[in-house]
Amino acid sequence: MRELLKTRVAEMLREGRVDGVVGLIESHGEPLPYLFTADDTAALERISTGELQGRLAELIPGVVRYPLGKILTAVARKHPDKRFGVMCRACDERVVFGLFQNLQLDPDKVEILGLPCKEELARACSCPAPAPRSAIVDQPSREAWDRADLERIDAMALDERFAFWVEELGRCIKCYGCRNACPVCFCDVCTLQDDGLVKKGEIPAELPAFQLTRAWHMVGRCVDCGLCQEACPMDIPIRTIYRKVRSIVGELFDYFPGERDGGKSPLEQLGDGSFPIQ
Amino acid sequence: MRYETIPTTCSYCGCGCEVLLQVLDGELIGVLPSKASPINEGSLCIKGWNLHEFVVSERRLRKPMLRKGGSLVETSWEEALDEVAGRLAKIKSESGPDSIAALSSAKCTNEENYLMQRFVRAAIGTNNVDHCARL
Repeated sequence: MRELLKTRVAEMLREGRVDGVVGLIESHGEPLPYLFTADDTAALERISTGELQGRLAELIPGVVRYPLGKILTAVARKHPDKRFGVMCRACDERVVFGLFQNLQLDPDKVEILGLPCKEELARACSCPAPAPRSAIVDQPSREAWDRADLERIDAMALDERFAFWVEELGRCIKCYGCRNACPVCFCDVCTLQDDGLVKKGEIPAELPAFQLTRAWHMVGRCVDCGLCQEACPMDIPIRTIYRKVRSIVGELFDYFPGERDGGKSPLEQLGDGSFPIQ
Repeated sequence: MRYETIPTTCSYCGCGCEVLLQVLDGELIGVLPSKASPINEGSLCIKGWNLHEFVVSERRLRKPMLRKGGSLVETSWEEALDEVAGRLAKIKSESGPDSIAALSSAKCTNEENYLMQRFVRAAIGTNNVDHCARL
């Protein structure tokens, strides 16, 4: 798949279809986020799909994932006239679609290079949909979302559920890692840094207001990529909360962030939707 | 148009978390935790996530400062070093070497930290040396 990816990226750059491709490069012994450009063809020899090599592969399971959609947004904001390719696993693709839906990226200026995940990888990520729509290679895959955690928590009585979350969220060290790693967190002004609501320098953060504020802001946003969970140093099952949020939005509004045909976010509509916000 | 990430070690404490400095067109724009580091396994604390800020901080000292008449004023390296050396020598001769202690920094290089402890032990004559990364 790496060779095919390399060929496709080289083609896109050579033909001038894009000015740069956001992906991963093997450098310093690990895959690192990188912007491939036409004047830097030597770098293409080191393009990576996120597989770890040697001893690191034994220590760290799966592939490494970075918020490539968020990186693309930062580069595209600085260079609004340029066109980009972006390497996407299915989760990254949902991110990019979500950023299209929220008008953070221009679909006419982004070309997706989708990498399907093998079943084992999809299971390790509890992935809801491991096959990207813009996959560069066909690979059958099926949903690997393990709903056991969510079902177990949903089955708890209210006070038991509250106690469970207070216990879990109580470990939060307010690192903002979930917010920082989140590729669909793109606001210039963040409520979690509003001094009136979240006191700067006060640790621990107010429980559970801090964490639930973030959950509330995932309404109509979260594409279930799981990068927040990977960034949490305290192993809080935050992805489970956002999955619940995502499923509620799906049930109420039939809206699934990050799905191409997902329509407009419920928060971007007024009344019956006949006055869309531009 | 250029974007790259440069792996390095977080300089805030002794844990040794690996961070990636994000550089867009030569400008340091942020930090990512390394996903391939067995030390921090893709996580960081709030200090690490903001590691890039001090590099470009406007509050960062760029010239030596000397307190004169109760307030800090910019001065030359010559005057600053004379002042520090003179005062250290005076304190050492009046109160002995153990009345002096030195704190070094994780933001220095390993070699600079070596020089610091060497200076404190050999030139001043005390073992009172420590660093900001003792977490």
